[in-house]
Amino acid sequence: MSLVLATLGIGVLLASALAAVAVGRREILALRLGTAGAVAGSVLGGAAAVEQLLRGGATLARAPWRLPLGTVTVGLDPLSAFFLLCIAVVGGLAAVYGAGYLRGYAGQRRLGPAAAFYNLLVAAMIGVVLARDGVLFLLAWEVMTVASFFLVTFEDDRESVRRAGLTYLIASQLGVIALFVLFALLRAHAGSFAFAGLLAAGAPGGGLADVAFLLALVGFGTKAGFWPVHVWLPDAHPAAPSHVSALMSGVMIKMGIYGLLRTLTFLGAPPLWWGATLVGIGIVSGVIGVLYALAQHDLKRLLAYHSVENIGIIALGLGVGLLGQSRGEATVAFLGYAGALLHVLNHGLFKGLLFEGAGSVLHATGERAIDRLGGLGRSMPVTALTFLAGAVAISGLPPFNGFVSEWLIFVGAFRGGAFLGGGAGVAALAVIPALALIGGLAVACFVKVYGVVFLGVARSDAAASAHEAGAAMRWPMVAGAALCLAIGVLPATFVGLAAPAALQAAALAAEPLGVLGALPAITRVALILLAAAAALALLRAALLRRAAVRVAPTWGCGYPAATPRMQYTAASFAEPVLAPFASLLHTTVVDERPAGYFPRTARHEEHVGDMAGERLLVPAVRRVLDAAGRLRVLQAGRIQLYLAYVLATLLVLLVWQVAAVAP
Amino acid sequence: MTAFADGLLLLVLVTDLYILASSRLAACVRATAVQGVLLAALPLVLWGPGGGVPLVHLLLMSAGALAVKAGVIPALLLRAAREANARREVEPYVSLHLSVLLGAALVGLSLWLARVLVPPGDVAATLLVPAAFATALLGFLMLVARKYAVTQVVGYLMLDNGVFIFGQSLAGSLPVMVELGILLDLLVAVFVMGIAIHHISREFDHIDTRALASLRD
Amino acid sequence: MNGILPVAAHVALLVLLPPLLPGVIGKTKALVAGRRGPPLLQTYRDIGKLLRKGAVYGRPTTWVFRAGPLVALAATFVAGLIVPLAAGSGPLDFAGDVVAFAALLGLGRFFTMAAALDTASSFEGMGASREAAFGAFVEPGLFLALTIVCIPAGSATFARAWAALPWTVWSPTWPVVLIAAVVLGVVLLAENSRIPVDDPATHLELTMIHEVMVLDHSGPDLAFITYGAALKLLVVAALLVHLVVPVPAEGGWAGVLWFLAGTAAVAVVIGVVESTNARLRLQRVPGFLIGAAALAAVGVAVLVAQGQP
Repeated sequence: MSLVLATLGIGVLLASALAAVAVGRREILALRLGTAGAVAGSVLGGAAAVEQLLRGGATLARAPWRLPLGTVTVGLDPLSAFFLLCIAVVGGLAAVYGAGYLRGYAGQRRLGPAAAFYNLLVAAMIGVVLARDGVLFLLAWEVMTVASFFLVTFEDDRESVRRAGLTYLIASQLGVIALFVLFALLRAHAGSFAFAGLLAAGAPGGGLADVAFLLALVGFGTKAGFWPVHVWLPDAHPAAPSHVSALMSGVMIKMGIYGLLRTLTFLGAPPLWWGATLVGIGIVSGVIGVLYALAQHDLKRLLAYHSVENIGIIALGLGVGLLGQSRGEATVAFLGYAGALLHVLNHGLFKGLLFEGAGSVLHATGERAIDRLGGLGRSMPVTALTFLAGAVAISGLPPFNGFVSEWLIFVGAFRGGAFLGGGAGVAALAVIPALALIGGLAVACFVKVYGVVFLGVARSDAAASAHEAGAAMRWPMVAGAALCLAIGVLPATFVGLAAPAALQAAALAAEPLGVLGALPAITRVALILLAAAAALALLRAALLRRAAVRVAPTWGCGYPAATPRMQYTAASFAEPVLAPFASLLHTTVVDERPAGYFPRTARHEEHVGDMAGERLLVPAVRRVLDAAGRLRVLQAGRIQLYLAYVLATLLVLLVWQVAAVAP
Repeated sequence: MTAFADGLLLLVLVTDLYILASSRLAACVRATAVQGVLLAALPLVLWGPGGGVPLVHLLLMSAGALAVKAGVIPALLLRAAREANARREVEPYVSLHLSVLLGAALVGLSLWLARVLVPPGDVAATLLVPAAFATALLGFLMLVARKYAVTQVVGYLMLDNGVFIFGQSLAGSLPVMVELGILLDLLVAVFVMGIAIHHISREFDHIDTRALASLRD
Repeated sequence: MNGILPVAAHVALLVLLPPLLPGVIGKTKALVAGRRGPPLLQTYRDIGKLLRKGAVYGRPTTWVFRAGPLVALAATFVAGLIVPLAAGSGPLDFAGDVVAFAALLGLGRFFTMAAALDTASSFEGMGASREAAFGAFVEPGLFLALTIVCIPAGSATFARAWAALPWTVWSPTWPVVLIAAVVLGVVLLAENSRIPVDDPATHLELTMIHEVMVLDHSGPDLAFITYGAALKLLVVAALLVHLVVPVPAEGGWAGVLWFLAGTAAVAVVIGVVESTNARLRLQRVPGFLIGAAALAAVGVAVLVAQGQP
């Protein structure tokens, strides 16, 4: 049943994509068709996922036709179903938002292809989680990459967008090479590309599992945005239209996590160092991601760096899960995986919401530079409120959903530190301060964003004349915020949805006893918190009913002529947080100090480049190119020389082969 | 006595970190003196009366450490710093934040090392070897990461303190003369460095060891 | 925690005790300085007076400014329901409550800073920025110190951790617990904006941190903030009290007495620290907090090396 629904969803998505292209120049109609198809496909997919998760077990189906090298085998199990749920929820909400967002581009750009590629992307992601054959998986994976590439380059008349798209495509293809090698190795081991065959062949031994793990880490990590292969992410996500950023940051990068988890199920019991490696990647990605986010001046780029941070948190959860699995500590493994998986859903929800909020701001003001905004809370109350919900949620604070997943990972790490012992225990203990630091820095970053963009007074005319987003853009944000709150207040229900997937990832038969017993207590904490705040609000209202309430200018410490430009900016807000980490950031400073008694100009600029890109990857690529350049001597351009190479190769092979046979 | 010795050694680790973290030259030297006091107490706590080591031996070692490590050397250093008109703040090559974090990492490393390299002899305290490693390594870190000659001497002293702690595991078998000899060596070395500091500062008006690099050839 | 009486006692302590702490600290500072100082109950009077006053709101402010004090106080209050006071557990205790406790303090900080930014004042922005930085640097130290006490208990739960504390000097873990106490002391000073991180008595906006963030609040809002600050002091001090004083797990009158004595001692120590120390330069504060975190990390490492887990 669930599988039929899910395939039906793919069908609807593909059909509506075709229809959106087919109606040609009638842009609004194309957009409507595409959106309707995306919503219908998401509803079908979501229904399939929930049905599968509640019913449990796994389903499998094989189509009668064949692919070259593989079969068209699809299936749904808890792991697939959970990711399908994430795709459906975020994909559906972002599609509705996109209908409102893209309307503003009508007449300037072709909306039909944009809607079609969106639906194709959602369909491809569903295909990735449904695929039960390596070839089909890679096919869906490539369609996903290509569709998202065309979405990133929607505004292809801008140089920066074209550049970002190209970076993205190259990074994705480099990642895919690792995946090709990975699946080729797995096939060599199991004799089949079918997932069932890979599972049946058992764990590959003799270092093959380690190589496969590393390949999966590189291949899937590139898509997920692990440091240092995240470099495409902060360019590509902001370049895309906001609903696409929401979809890409919210769920597409999680396909990397899905792929990694799926591969891990083929590789058998993990050794200790896999978990420790993921913990290390998680710490670096998380801390570096949030630090770079703090240093950004561009709203969407900042959110993109937060995706690196949150992928880091997910990696920490996976690491704890793997550590627990390697030591046979079921509770630790379950908590780690459950936290990571729930964070996949949570991050999809709040990052989708935040990108949509950023899109509304961009839509209303045409401005992405945080320091030119301000005071939008008055003109855009719904966007401001929902963005605040997303900001509190992503900071991991109660009563929102981010807290629940981080709580699971924290509790898993504490238990791991107490019970794993040895290196595994130390690795689990390292998670605790890292997650604490990431949380503290995330609070700093989102107070900065929310405070500078939505609070205070407008710093520019564009910000002063902002208007609230249309209904199609408002409602998905409200729904996203409501879901964030719902998971935070009722964690038991939603962890229940993630639990079967976590059990599958941890290779456990049943939930360890009493692990989730504390979740109702979180509900209690959230409700008491809300009740206490409400009671205090009532108390204050009662007190103020009898007293005078005045509105007056803000106290300026005796300086009466303050202007909006004198407000604290995002850059100055972040400075004391970043100062101790200066050696980790790659800051270029342009500083022209005022000179003379009547200075005319003064300028101060700070830009933080990505150290992984500029110090690590670019030099590495340059070195490879240099090495390749030296090989160019061989390529003189004369046909005789090439023929000589062929002859030499032939001779060497001949001698080698004959020598092997000769007595 | 294990718990007390471990507590003492933990305090030694804390002083190590404090020396790395402090931005004031004087605080640095005073913390070294505190470390000297702790080290002087160590033989008594570790072996105690009836611990298999002659009491005279212990008292000699303790008094020697107290006099040299907690008294003479810190006093000399403070005087040298004062007379050389050294700036009152330490000048780090590696920022203080980073040094502290590196220091903590080195302590972790020492704890791990101590699990692998088990010393001969009967060590009563579990932290003895890790504290010895950590103090020596952090002393090295001071030598590497600080610019001024005074802080260099502090690093050298920490290095020696690490050796002293390690020596405690052999207190039963090591003749007391060796210990005292090492203390004497150290004292002479500090005298030499003190004289050097004095001369450098008189010649160059500062005691920044970077200036020594220009002396080559 | 079960039973109506212990819960009532906990809530009563939580609601009534906090304003006494600033009084004790103030008295201590006055005594050290040879002054008479304000009365012990001055903070109660201040709060009562503020509650009766009207309010003035800045022109640029939105509902976030008004929500700030409410959310901060509510979050601190719920954190206070989680943390054990005069007994071995709090009324809202659950497995993993340590994490929730820290997150609730973070929520309060988030809204206090947001409210400050809502005023469009650069001074309040400056305060919020410093609070954000120091808040972020405090977190690892807080969690590492709690790790030290939670690991031997095998659970990130206050009730379990306090029950597993070693109460004899012969236990091999007591020096490590001492480290945890020192680090929690630093966290206490930083979280509550005391010297050497912040100076609650300063009167120059440029040098304030917490005080400047709440400059524009008045009337009941300021009462909530003043009360909330005292409550936060009590709630974080409660952690330290349980580390240094053997509060009996079953509570009762003995528990209340031990807890009151421990809290008074912590307040006096804060007063002495504030009297004898100068405030650190702002650039030095991160080093101070990172140093505390590094110390706690060494504590955890020693704990692991001792094979305690």
